[in-house]
Amino acid sequence: MDVHKQPHPDLPPPATSVGVVGWLRKNLFSSPLNTVLTFVALYLIYITLVPAFQWAFINADWVGDSREACDSGGACWVFVAVRFDQFMYGFYPEAEYWRINLAFGLLIALMVPLFMEKFPRKGMLIAFNLIVYPVIAYYLFSGGAFGLAHVETSRWGGLTLTLILAGVGIVAALPIGIVLALGRRSSMPIVRAVSVVFIEFWRGVPLITVLFMSSVMLPLFLPEGTHFDKLLRAMIGIVMFQSAYMAEVVRGGLQAIPKGQYEAAQALGLSYWKTMGLIILPQALKLVIPGIVNTFIALFKDTTLVLIIGLFDLLATIQSAFSDPNWLGFSIEGYVFAAAVFWVFCFSMSRYSQALERKLHTGHAR
Amino acid sequence: MAADPVTGAAPAKAALWRRPVFRSTVFQVLLILGVVAVANYLFTNTLQNLEQRGISTGFGFLSNEAGFGIVQSLIDYDETYTFGRTFLVGLLNTLLVSGLGIILATMIGFVMGVARLSKNWLIARIATVYIETFRNIPLLLQILFWYFAVLQPLPRPKQSLELGEMFFLNNRGFYHPVPVFEQGFNLVFAAIVVAVISIVFLARWAHRRQEETGQPFHTVYVSLAILFGLPLLVFLVMGSPMSWDYPALKGFNFTGGGVVIPELMSLLLALSIYTGSFIAEAVRSGILAVSHGQTEAAHALGLRAGPTLRLVIIPQAMRVIIPQLTSQYLNLTKNSSLATAVGYPDLVAVFAGTTLNQTGQAVEVIAMTMGVYLTISLSISTFMNWYNKKKQLVER
Repeated sequence: MDVHKQPHPDLPPPATSVGVVGWLRKNLFSSPLNTVLTFVALYLIYITLVPAFQWAFINADWVGDSREACDSGGACWVFVAVRFDQFMYGFYPEAEYWRINLAFGLLIALMVPLFMEKFPRKGMLIAFNLIVYPVIAYYLFSGGAFGLAHVETSRWGGLTLTLILAGVGIVAALPIGIVLALGRRSSMPIVRAVSVVFIEFWRGVPLITVLFMSSVMLPLFLPEGTHFDKLLRAMIGIVMFQSAYMAEVVRGGLQAIPKGQYEAAQALGLSYWKTMGLIILPQALKLVIPGIVNTFIALFKDTTLVLIIGLFDLLATIQSAFSDPNWLGFSIEGYVFAAAVFWVFCFSMSRYSQALERKLHTGHAR
Repeated sequence: MAADPVTGAAPAKAALWRRPVFRSTVFQVLLILGVVAVANYLFTNTLQNLEQRGISTGFGFLSNEAGFGIVQSLIDYDETYTFGRTFLVGLLNTLLVSGLGIILATMIGFVMGVARLSKNWLIARIATVYIETFRNIPLLLQILFWYFAVLQPLPRPKQSLELGEMFFLNNRGFYHPVPVFEQGFNLVFAAIVVAVISIVFLARWAHRRQEETGQPFHTVYVSLAILFGLPLLVFLVMGSPMSWDYPALKGFNFTGGGVVIPELMSLLLALSIYTGSFIAEAVRSGILAVSHGQTEAAHALGLRAGPTLRLVIIPQAMRVIIPQLTSQYLNLTKNSSLATAVGYPDLVAVFAGTTLNQTGQAVEVIAMTMGVYLTISLSISTFMNWYNKKKQLVER
């Protein structure tokens, strides 16, 4: 008699639970409610995204140099293309565009090594970026020395101005924020009180009132006759505002350092500043890089507010282009372009900060 | 500072400037002097500048006649009222847009946050795309987009988009019917109050009974029945003392009904969609923060899906969600000041804008405006600290 000694091989899973069908059943049609939801969602996509896609790509006009080129009923990207230089550089003299390009090219060249794992002497490079680079950039943008023609700050604009405001905001706010954070955790009651009041004040008011204050009240605060550049006034407001937020981020890092680190540094006989500079801050700042990137994203979006006090950042430049009598009625294209630019910057930064968070998290897992 | 037990000599004293107490005292005194000096410098400069420009100081201007109109006001207002009144109008408008924005943003945020965790792939994707898109576009851009690109190009009142002869949308705003309360409606309000009070007592009684006897009570259903049933009963008994005032086209514009002006509408849309995306992330992180073991433990105890969610998951998720939620509410309130970009008459627009330009009293006006926002944010953060203390995990 023939007896099966071996068990039968497993039957393959039913065709409905693997492959495309299986995936669909599991993720889209797992229950009656889910099926209804899926169809509702498909309908929503059909009535919103499909026309939007047709408007933005299929029916859009891309080439041309006047509004007559836009006759196919879709988006008129010619409007953006014609004014692209202005959106990027503002009212900067066209012959001097190379200075802006050089400054940002240099910045990218200096920043790339920081993202490489094994680049030597990163500390020196960071110091160079934070201290020397701003000086170079200032002379490139503003001119007035080394044979470069002087360009008034009122002619700065477009994406360039947005990046300058955000860059200055973050670089200047970091040291102030560190000092404030240390002050808030100090054992000296008066230092602590001053820091808390400063931080809570700036965090409690909207940026728009800060900008109003710096543009209206700053001239009142200083001796008669002190001339103050409009851009500089806005920058001071932004830096004050930003440093308070930065202080809270850094404080979070300081609190995350175990007490043993402080005690060990004291046991070694290190002074307060050596404890902070050599032991605590290097660890704390590394922990809060994602937080710093997040505040930078918020700052980057907030720079659009300078529109209200009359500076021409990217959004304001685009907004002002709407009133060109030759190009009336293309506001949607302009806003969509601005939104796309901001979105690309903010989204990539937030992805970077999330990746960093994951990376740092594994390093500190116990 | 005891003497050395071996040699009997007093321990060597550190030099004065090396002692921590001395150092910190000196440093703090210097800090106070520095702060006072800076304040004094700014103060004298300001006084001098104001004198030179012939601007009088003080809050006397608040009782002067304002002389300008405001497009939307919750209280009686026209050009003959004072600047003090404009402050109040602006404050109320700020509170209105913040309150409505908070309600809308919370609804959007909770729906989207839960949707992002949905098992339905398509729904989760839509929620993700919504969150990642609107979170990363500046709020001001969104406000301007709704106002200039969506609401301004709407048709004129004669060609309004309409819904059932009751709701009209055109470039002057969104017109909707409003209820008119007639005589006897006060009793309905009274009934609502009575209903709420009795529900509170009912809930307490039900809770106590469950603690003592273990018998649960359908508090929610009974409460809902009382809340809606009692006022409805009174309403019908009083002979339906309420009617609707519908908007109607008269000449070039609508009369009657209520209107949401386009400025308010664009601000509300932008604020609630933008803040909603942040709230959605808060909700998602709160739900994810409750470990799956909690769900399994609840199931093991025999709880069904509903009670598991209500009694186990939500209370723990709320501990994570609420602090983030309040900080988003605070952001929304502060962001409502962007109203000035589209001309919605909020506090910053009418007070720090128009009033400041008319009176020139920059210091007082800005100080009052900042004071309002500071008061709001400090009171919310005080509440937060209290709440955090109350809800903190008590560890063994």
